[in-house]
Amino acid sequence: MKFARNITIGQYVYKDSVIHRLDPRVKIFTVLLIIIAVFLVKTWSGFSIIGSYLFTNIYLAKVHPKFVLKGIKPLIIIIMFTLLIHTFTTQGEVIYNIWTFNITREGIQKGLFIAVRLFYLILSTSWLTLTTSPIALTDGIESILSFLKIIKIPAHEIAMMMTIALRFIPTLLEETEKIIKAQIARGADLESGNFIKRIYNFLPILIPLFITAFHRADELAIAMEARCYHGGEGRTHYRQLLITISDFIFFIITLLVLLIAYCLVF
Amino acid sequence: MLIHLKNVSYTYNLNMPFETVALTSINLKIDKGEFVGIIGHTGCGKTTLLQILNGLLEPTSGQVFFDSIDIHKNKHKLRELRKKIGLAFQYPENQFFEENIFKEIAFGPKNMGISEQELEKRVKQSLEIVGLDYYSYKDRSPFSLSGGEMRRLAIASILAIDPEIIILDEPTASLDPQSCNKLLSVIINLYQKYNKTIIMVSHNMEIIAELTKRIIVLEKGKIIMDDTPRNIFRFSIEKLENIGLSLPQVTYTLYKLKKMGKPVSSAILTVAEAKDEILKLVRKR
Repeated sequence: MKFARNITIGQYVYKDSVIHRLDPRVKIFTVLLIIIAVFLVKTWSGFSIIGSYLFTNIYLAKVHPKFVLKGIKPLIIIIMFTLLIHTFTTQGEVIYNIWTFNITREGIQKGLFIAVRLFYLILSTSWLTLTTSPIALTDGIESILSFLKIIKIPAHEIAMMMTIALRFIPTLLEETEKIIKAQIARGADLESGNFIKRIYNFLPILIPLFITAFHRADELAIAMEARCYHGGEGRTHYRQLLITISDFIFFIITLLVLLIAYCLVF
Repeated sequence: MLIHLKNVSYTYNLNMPFETVALTSINLKIDKGEFVGIIGHTGCGKTTLLQILNGLLEPTSGQVFFDSIDIHKNKHKLRELRKKIGLAFQYPENQFFEENIFKEIAFGPKNMGISEQELEKRVKQSLEIVGLDYYSYKDRSPFSLSGGEMRRLAIASILAIDPEIIILDEPTASLDPQSCNKLLSVIINLYQKYNKTIIMVSHNMEIIAELTKRIIVLEKGKIIMDDTPRNIFRFSIEKLENIGLSLPQVTYTLYKLKKMGKPVSSAILTVAEAKDEILKLVRKR
């Protein structure tokens, strides 16, 4: 399917860069901190500092900015929508008036703030996924969640499930494409009719897709058991996660930048 | 002529960093009533070619004519085209979705706008052709069948559209010998008794040699040979081996005998022919 190939959110682009070499845990925490900071900061100077920090990171990752911005494209409508809602519904000093709607100075500012916040959220998360391979990401999540093992939450199993899910996305897309073609060859009509009819028309694709997915899951489970997989207990890792000096320095810089952004009051 | 490909090329992911050329300037004419086999190494573009023949893929350059009409010029003709060209992909049983076999087979003709009374006739007939009894099978779930029966059901679901041309992508893949033979006799029947034009891809040289009347050899997206099975397996042994294909085992045997200086013909395709040839040799002594 053509549409499936145009999604860049969640895609990983391999490059040899400082950012790619960082520990996934450090990157995950960085994104968490940026998300928190983005909602705490209330000044334009603060936003511009976070913005330049984000773009520096993307530059250092050697990922083409066009690639990052492409991921934002589908969300532009949502961003514009929130911007408009805020512009029209906030009380305050009226600067322009159309019919019963008032545009207020406070409204514009609030709307722009929200838009910038959403923009930064997407930017930082796609920075994370673009520079971290899915495997590294799940390894990082497993390691972060491992303290939960004390209260019997299976961190390894959760990470394994994520890895498998990510691994099978391309396979299932391929499968979908094949089934779609097979049903079109049998005269299936996927392009006309209203919304309800279209959903109904997709049944001949969804049902075979689910059946093959279940088959695949079954086979995978057997194959894993045949190789004596028994969950996380006592299991070691092929890739050891290590916090190095550069991870440490990166994290300190992040903390400082975000603190400065938060403390700026003008 | 029925199908005519004129200078057809196809590239996947055109203008993207991972673009791959699948077919380059294919010129091909297929007439009514032919039985064409397509062979080639994995990844040589066989499946892409089949999808172009059926109009599922639009060539990146070149034209596809069906009955002298350029099928990509009038988009509304594509459905008409699919009525006339039935395509069974590899492992066609993976597309089953209905609760019973009747509905599964009726899906295709229903989409093509066949009336209710005609529908039952079509289902009945296509089940008959593939050798499954209508009354004992029609209410069963398609998923309750054995592998071989599933494959035949999948073919029946294509036949119910009543296409003039049937395209089969590796119809015998991973079937046991008995189911394989049953399926092959269905295919032979379609060709001989029902006068269908058949285009078939297979890796099994014995099947290709025995069934088809014309072989197209693909290599890296190009047609490198297009001839009768006898000529292809007679003159191009090294060439075929070089591109990773083999010959039917009996052809090999006689080819080796000939190389040893025995007066035999190496243009042998089937076991029966090989038997005669070898007997001739023995009697001469």
